[in-house]
Amino acid sequence: MNQTNPTNDGRNISDKANESLDVLKNATTDEYKYGFVSDIETDIIPRGINEDVIRLISRKKGEPEWLLEFRLAAYRHWLTLKMPDWAHLKIPKIDYQAISYYAAPVKKESPKSLDEVDPELLKTFDKLGIPLEEQKQLSGMAVDAVMDSVSVKTTHSEVLAEKGIIFCSFSEAVKNYPDLVKKYLGKVVSYRDNFFAALNSAVFSDGSFVYIPKGVRCPMELSTYFRINAAGTGQFERTLIVADDDSYVSYLEGCTAPMRDENQLHAAIVEIIVEDRAEVKYSTVQNWYAGDKDGKGGIYNFVTKRGLCRGDFSKLSWTQVETGSAITWKYPSCVLAGDNSVGEFYSVAVTRNRQQADTGTKMIHIGRNSRSTIVSKGISAGYSENSYRGLVSVAPQADGVRNYTQCDSLLLSSTCGAHTFPYLDIKNPTAVVEHEATTSKISEEQLFYCNQRGIPTEEAVGLIINGYAKEVMNKLPMEFAVEAQRLLQITLEGSVG
Amino acid sequence: MNSLTQYIDLYRQNADAINSHSALIMNEMRPAAASALEGKRLPEKGDEGFKVTSIEKMFEPDYGVNILRMNIPTEIGRSFKCDIPNVSTLLGVVVNDSFTPTSTMRQNLPTGVDVMPLSKACETYPDIVGKYYNKIAPANEPSVALNTMLAQEGLFIRIGRGVHLESPIQIVNIFNSPAPLMGVRRVLVVAEQDSKAAIFFCDHTQTADVKFLSSEIIEVAGEKASELDIYSIEETTPLTSRYSRLFANQENDAKIRVGTATLHCGVTRNDFTINLKGQHSEGYLSGLAIADGQMHVDNCSNVNHLAPHCDSNQLFKYLLDNNAQGAFEGGIYVDPKAPFTVGYQNNRNIVASPEARMHTEPQLLIYNDEVKCSHGTATGQLDANALFYMQARGIPYETARRMLMIAFMTDTLDTIKVEGIKSRLMMLVEKRLGGEQVLCNDCHADCHTNISTPRE
Repeated sequence: MNQTNPTNDGRNISDKANESLDVLKNATTDEYKYGFVSDIETDIIPRGINEDVIRLISRKKGEPEWLLEFRLAAYRHWLTLKMPDWAHLKIPKIDYQAISYYAAPVKKESPKSLDEVDPELLKTFDKLGIPLEEQKQLSGMAVDAVMDSVSVKTTHSEVLAEKGIIFCSFSEAVKNYPDLVKKYLGKVVSYRDNFFAALNSAVFSDGSFVYIPKGVRCPMELSTYFRINAAGTGQFERTLIVADDDSYVSYLEGCTAPMRDENQLHAAIVEIIVEDRAEVKYSTVQNWYAGDKDGKGGIYNFVTKRGLCRGDFSKLSWTQVETGSAITWKYPSCVLAGDNSVGEFYSVAVTRNRQQADTGTKMIHIGRNSRSTIVSKGISAGYSENSYRGLVSVAPQADGVRNYTQCDSLLLSSTCGAHTFPYLDIKNPTAVVEHEATTSKISEEQLFYCNQRGIPTEEAVGLIINGYAKEVMNKLPMEFAVEAQRLLQITLEGSVG
Repeated sequence: MNSLTQYIDLYRQNADAINSHSALIMNEMRPAAASALEGKRLPEKGDEGFKVTSIEKMFEPDYGVNILRMNIPTEIGRSFKCDIPNVSTLLGVVVNDSFTPTSTMRQNLPTGVDVMPLSKACETYPDIVGKYYNKIAPANEPSVALNTMLAQEGLFIRIGRGVHLESPIQIVNIFNSPAPLMGVRRVLVVAEQDSKAAIFFCDHTQTADVKFLSSEIIEVAGEKASELDIYSIEETTPLTSRYSRLFANQENDAKIRVGTATLHCGVTRNDFTINLKGQHSEGYLSGLAIADGQMHVDNCSNVNHLAPHCDSNQLFKYLLDNNAQGAFEGGIYVDPKAPFTVGYQNNRNIVASPEARMHTEPQLLIYNDEVKCSHGTATGQLDANALFYMQARGIPYETARRMLMIAFMTDTLDTIKVEGIKSRLMMLVEKRLGGEQVLCNDCHADCHTNISTPRE
């Protein structure tokens, strides 16, 4: 335990704090504990992308013709696009022909019960701490596990089915509920939306599908775990959530990947449709492999996430804890089209070593009296770059809009960067839109205060950071909050200096 | 093919004529500027930092450029009475892009202070002009290169070492021409060590039915421990477009306060870049815009903290009515070499009509952890409770509204440290918000008369 002599001399306080920080700096850096590779027989198609590859993916998945046409249209559009370069990121050139666009654990048929699932696969998810086993039903969470590009197992489907809730892999949804998928696919994120949305629409291989019928409150948290396992592949999954009138669902996603020297691309799409008076809570704990301390390897996480609050009084809440990925580039957004609809975005983004993040949200206010809240907390350490970029747009017809944005950055080293790029576009005189941002380091007074009360610097930093991120952590479901809090501590261990 | 092509062609075809009416130092810069423009374009609407303003479109029309320096009568300056209460200023007039000092200025300019045409300064102070001209502004950026390529004349202000100038220097910029004209305005301000001065620019347009474009580059060298106040008011016409860029380099302990007020204009874009290069230097920026009709006001500020222990503050306020469009892009950049930075930015806007639009992009780019930086922006309406409170105490709605609007603008005006300039601006803002013509007392200029069909 550190002993600090109370003194009125500011210099002494500062020296003491610096000394303690040096101790912390030299502390062992935490290793990425999900960096193992599972020895699972995997079906990988040759690298490269062209129309034949897309036809092959579609054939492997046994898809209907309309979906193949959707993919091909997306691919043809993608060919006309150039990778955007406006983000505050340094992205090495990506060779899209060097990626394999389909990798799946070899499985004969869709598993009917747990006994049919590859034991190695179960072991993998067990290592990740994911309750796939049916005896863990009491954990009160339904899980869809996506390995590489395909969904390997969804639990609790039957229980949910009793309430009319559909929670299954995207491929199953295409087979069993083609009308629903056709009705909603690409309605929120069109394949024309952006470069990565077009790429995903062309090659997506699986994902999750959720449909909550009218008036149903989902009795448990729905959760998807994404795992990249195979080398030389990208992951392109798609999540589609539809919450019908008066329904409620809380959805969680988590992601991990092995430690490799190569960079792997993850370009997913999440589409959410929220109808009248429905509410969707979408939580993410993103812990993709971030590369080593020199920035070698790691996942490029380029994801398009958007929800359409179509119904009046509908509500969509995004909560994210971003600690992984070499590069994160995503803006979970809310299109608040319904009158009195509500959008929320709570984010903690942590970058360390050579990580880069350009993340934030968009709140597009179209409906009258729509409201949105944005709370973004960035924590940068090492040589990392952490940017918040957000848009609040108020359409001319959107009377009575209210937005509040708070975005704070905490710098934990003198070599990192923390940036804020908010865009406010107001086209209605009744809107009240506010944005506040601050950037600072952990104050020496705070550290000294903790030291003085016998709390070592390491613990004090953890305490202060958790306090700083608490506003966001509080929004996470209980199951994730504990994990996220631990993750935050582990991630920043040894990063302060 | 873009708007630059016509200007490059103009230069190529008339290089001799342009050079013959300018000075050697300025002429030497032209070929490189022309080369820098090849294959480039000016920013377009939608580009980063230019979400609502197209500079390309601003420069697109076929404006005349007074290459042959045709004589335009400077008597026009006499009709302008830009009075500054209780302060006698050192007045100079720039008609289109040619500077003429008034007799007051000639007689009262103290020793150690120079206010002269840039071409003359090239001969009188070749070392100073050579040191700073086109060196503070980024020479290869298209709008700067365009100005460098075509600027034949300009304004040079030097505040000598240790001189504390008591009277503000007032420069009245006037557009006057029977045909559409682009004024290529260039200003170089050098505040030498330990000097102190205030400079006040008033922009007007005399011929209200003619289109004008002001392409203005202001370079400011703030040497050690200098202190400069630079304020500008724009009261031009709906047919006047303006792209004004100010670049200031601040050395150790130098302080600069820059303020801008846009009261009448067509399309205006003001860029302010302050580079805090020396330790303990300070940069303060403030701006206000009262816009109605079809006015378009876009202010962009960038404060670059490049050395330790520097302070900056930015405050911009907009009041938008009718179909007005406002935009604010502001940035604070903190270099890794700039610990102990304090940088604040604040932008507040009132959108008063369904057709008015406001776009804001306040930005922070921080590369050092020893900083205290924040920014805030809010767009909304007048406080309904305050309005009700005042009405409940017998103040008529319109008066209460106007009082609240004036109150909203007050803290921007409070950033002006020269009392006379502050009072004048307050008077103009009050007149503006009261729906009166924004004219100084006894001003006989006709720039605010009704606009008829534009002359092409």
